[in-house]
Amino acid sequence: MNELLKANILKWFGKGKRYDGRGLDEFRAVVIEQGVTKNAEGSARVKVGDTEVIAGVKLSVEKPYPDTPKDGNLLVNVELLPLSSPDFEAGPPGEEAIEVARVVDRGLRESKAIDIRKLCVQEGEKVWAVSIDICTINAAGNLLDASALAAVAALKNARFPEYDGKTVDYKSMTDKKLPIARFPVSVTVTKIGDSIFVDPTVEEEKVVDSRLTVAITDGGRICAMQKGGNSPLSIDEIGRMIDLAVAKAAELSKQL
Amino acid sequence: MGYDKRVDGRKPDELRPIVAKAGVIKRADGSAMFKIGDTVAYAAVYGPRDLFPKFLQDPQRGILRCKYNMMPFSGAGDRVRPGGSRRSKEISMVTEKALLPVLNLEDFPNAVVDVFIELPQTDAGTRCAGICAAAIALADAGLSMKDMVASVSVGKVDNMVAVDLNYAEESYEGGDVADVPVAFIPRTGQISLLQMDGLIDGESLKRALEMGRKACMQISEIQKKALKEKF
Repeated sequence: MNELLKANILKWFGKGKRYDGRGLDEFRAVVIEQGVTKNAEGSARVKVGDTEVIAGVKLSVEKPYPDTPKDGNLLVNVELLPLSSPDFEAGPPGEEAIEVARVVDRGLRESKAIDIRKLCVQEGEKVWAVSIDICTINAAGNLLDASALAAVAALKNARFPEYDGKTVDYKSMTDKKLPIARFPVSVTVTKIGDSIFVDPTVEEEKVVDSRLTVAITDGGRICAMQKGGNSPLSIDEIGRMIDLAVAKAAELSKQL
Repeated sequence: MGYDKRVDGRKPDELRPIVAKAGVIKRADGSAMFKIGDTVAYAAVYGPRDLFPKFLQDPQRGILRCKYNMMPFSGAGDRVRPGGSRRSKEISMVTEKALLPVLNLEDFPNAVVDVFIELPQTDAGTRCAGICAAAIALADAGLSMKDMVASVSVGKVDNMVAVDLNYAEESYEGGDVADVPVAFIPRTGQISLLQMDGLIDGESLKRALEMGRKACMQISEIQKKALKEKF
């Protein structure tokens, strides 16, 4: 079954095209919508073709981690909801959900997207904790890039609730935004056979040989990477994949 | 004094604005979105499909399995920890019981129909919104059904019997509040979900249920319209 699928996908690649008519370096239509759910302090819906995810940001005041007493806490969680795909099962997050969450987390953390020092309320005692939850609504391929986009869009949309030093009043929101310093974007470059391409569909993901997710921050600098898939890559291939990712990231960040 | 005017200005028997859409999740066999006031529910149906482990199978009929879940950022106040709670388990179970009477699962022995309900935004009445979305999604999946299932919460806020309480009403502190989620099978007028918490007298409860029946009739028309708009 997958052999036939792969043969068919490769046949199209030979013509410089995808089976859905796209070029190899072409994303599906990306739509980003902010402020999509009222009870979150920030939220966003991202559609990449038929793929749809919602990210929500909740802010709370917590104790900082002992090794970073002046820094705010950041949590990224991904829920691959069984509602969004016949391939996902109910239950605690599996490998795939954890991988997506950790790759998104690294992109945000390593780019220093949020100035976490500014989230300190009282050193060693109280800091703002930023929890980003990403929920899949329709999983039609490339959840990695869609999730990373949704996380940044939701952070951008977030506003602090009122805080009197003791309790957070979620009913009264302020105009104050999160201290966001930059907006990293992730692009996953996928390889089947000898072809590299972006924004895979579910069918393409099923027969992927290898993939490289590259998180890119301002100035086209790379801030995180993750290789996936079962086949190895050469240095030359990785170079080409990074070049493609950087070019695509520049396009995507215009939409943020 | 007392509660004589609803916080959002509705009449006692008036529902919050409803938006319903069928077929919103392409990868599912059937799906729907149901929004009532500020409560939003998505439902997706997968199946009938093979059920494993095998000992769960019923050779007489297919099994309905519902799962209700609030997204972590959906509630007012603190983040809802993912992974389910006693509350979500119970709601999943009563949702199953609410939907089961209209399904003809004897056509699918050994199989399962999975219904996943997710709430991205909540303002009371979530289990009812979930059931409304799930009923549309089941029909959207092409399963043969005896009827729709429509659901709403009714109740009493202080001295006012009312339908579709919002969160502010559910947590009203100036007097007793009764919250009664109900689901109706419109054609027969039978009730397939009934829970209640709070305090209410028998007469008011009967009036509330009658109000709920009328409201569910309206809801079932909206559900049918959502399906017609898709097909």
